[in-house]
Amino acid sequence: MLEIHDVDTYYGPNHVLRDLNIEVNQGEIVTLLGANAAGKTTTMKTIFGIVKPRNGTLTFKGERIDTMGTDQIIAHGLALVPEARRVFPRMTVFENLEMGAFLNNDRSVIDQDIERMYALFPRLKERAKQVAGTLSGGEQQMLAMGRALMARPQLLCMDEPSMGLSPILVQTVFDTIQEIRKQGVTVFLVEQNAFMALNIADRGYVLQQGQIVLTDTAKNLLDNDLVRRAYLGG
Amino acid sequence: MLTLATVMIPASASPVGIFFQQLEIGITLGAMYALVALGYTLVYGIIELINFAHGDIFMWSTVVTLAVIQAMGITASPGPVKLIGLLILLLAIGMLVSATLNYTIERFFYKPLRKAPRLAPLIAAIGASFILETIAQLWRGSSFVAFPSIFPSVGITFGSVRVNLLDVVIVIVAVVLMYGLERFIRLTRMGKAMRATAQDPEAAALMGVNINRTISMTFIIGGALAGAAGVLYNLYIAQVWFFTGFQLGLIAFTAAVLGGIGNIYGAVLGGFVIGLIEALTIQYVPGGFAWADAVVFAILVLILVFKPSGLLGQQIPNKV
Ligand SMILES: Nc1ncnc2c1ncn2[C@@H]1O[C@H](COP(=O)(O)OP(=O)(O)OP(=O)(O)O)[C@@H](O)[C@H]1O
Ligand SMILES: [Mg+2]
Repeated sequence: MLEIHDVDTYYGPNHVLRDLNIEVNQGEIVTLLGANAAGKTTTMKTIFGIVKPRNGTLTFKGERIDTMGTDQIIAHGLALVPEARRVFPRMTVFENLEMGAFLNNDRSVIDQDIERMYALFPRLKERAKQVAGTLSGGEQQMLAMGRALMARPQLLCMDEPSMGLSPILVQTVFDTIQEIRKQGVTVFLVEQNAFMALNIADRGYVLQQGQIVLTDTAKNLLDNDLVRRAYLGG
Repeated sequence: MLTLATVMIPASASPVGIFFQQLEIGITLGAMYALVALGYTLVYGIIELINFAHGDIFMWSTVVTLAVIQAMGITASPGPVKLIGLLILLLAIGMLVSATLNYTIERFFYKPLRKAPRLAPLIAAIGASFILETIAQLWRGSSFVAFPSIFPSVGITFGSVRVNLLDVVIVIVAVVLMYGLERFIRLTRMGKAMRATAQDPEAAALMGVNINRTISMTFIIGGALAGAAGVLYNLYIAQVWFFTGFQLGLIAFTAAVLGGIGNIYGAVLGGFVIGLIEALTIQYVPGGFAWADAVVFAILVLILVFKPSGLLGQQIPNKV
């Protein structure tokens, strides 16, 4: 479904992603693990056209997306829960959810989907009229996920959705990711919480200093020595 | 403002009458300042650029609508029905001219510099301002040209306070446009795209918003409002000059900063407050005409020092 092929991404002279190859198939949950500054967020930014790769190609369902603008990439069925949530601080929860469905013109579908998000995250319903900037971190994370789902994406990408959340909320987030997959959405998940991520993922990649050093099924990665030492504290 | 002398009142009025007359003048001026201030605030809100050329965008509406009315050979009030038609025509032309110019300047001066250091687009804006002024000067010359008074000098008098029909029309046109803007930003898709882009452009793009188109639209709307202000200014002050935009632009910018730059309600509030302060300064400060601008800029400096976020500044940080 998503193919990242031989990608190099730079910030000025700073070579961040080196010869990156990642593949996400329809229906999978795939996770990308890596330490701080490994290039996880840069990978997301490259997928979504926020930074352009210098070499290599990205395709989604066979179509080149590296030549598209961010808005066109969204229109092709991808959505991102960005790092640090990035909800619109001066819009209400309801308006944030509406923004998620910006490319959808069917009001009745939007209203239905907002109700679905309220069912998925009851907290958001209670806070519907509150401006997002005053939500707690956990509430903002749920809003960011709800907002991304409002686009009805075929591929949902998430950049560290568990960051800064309490263990209970982390559990909720990961339960929700599985729920989302059951509804037919493919998931590409960037995480530092390797144990949780590998528990729900089908496959995983390990990124070190901008390079993929390891890829395998999630089950094998959980047993892998490198992964255990680097990410699972064992 | 030198040219304000034309709207001053007779000295025979009572102190209370004089005060209310100055309020009336202040509100009329404020309506025009608010329209121009909105253009500064919209653009700043969306790309954090002070569009130094905005005053000249306003000026171009005054210059072009003067040319239009001269070409039509109109030198006096044409009677009620034709007057309404003429007003609508002038507004349409003024708004179109300023919107087009503002769009063009964004496209060729600011857009190529969007990823450059902050100072670069600011200098480009100053350059655009000079270019617009110079062309207007080459076309219309360096001196004031009178705009024909197409409004009959009818009005209502309350005691000694005179409210001209023209003043009422100016305030109504301005308020209708401001209300329309508010509804547009609240309710339309493009309006929501503008708000989202102002709050977080990258996140807005991730919703599928076309950022370039949204920024263009912001310049078009800001320009159109300045264009409408230019027509109203022609009717009120009736003096057309290539350099008008510089001074009026600074006053309107002060209004935007006073209200809280980036906030459209603040720009409207700031516009009216500055209009009132100016009208009262002219009346009550000895030698007030000379002082009016100094007072306005003193206000600008004071806000920047003591309350840079302005009266209605944002409480919630932009970037979380
Ligand atoms: N806009 C930028 N300009 C220059 N360098 C950048 C920029 N963004 C990121 N980098 C650098 O690129 C490298 C990778 O950053 P990235 O944000 O992709 O890491 P990450 O894996 O997401 O880390 P974290 O887990 O801390 O979020 C870092 O060394 C970072 O300093
Ligand atoms: Mg990151």
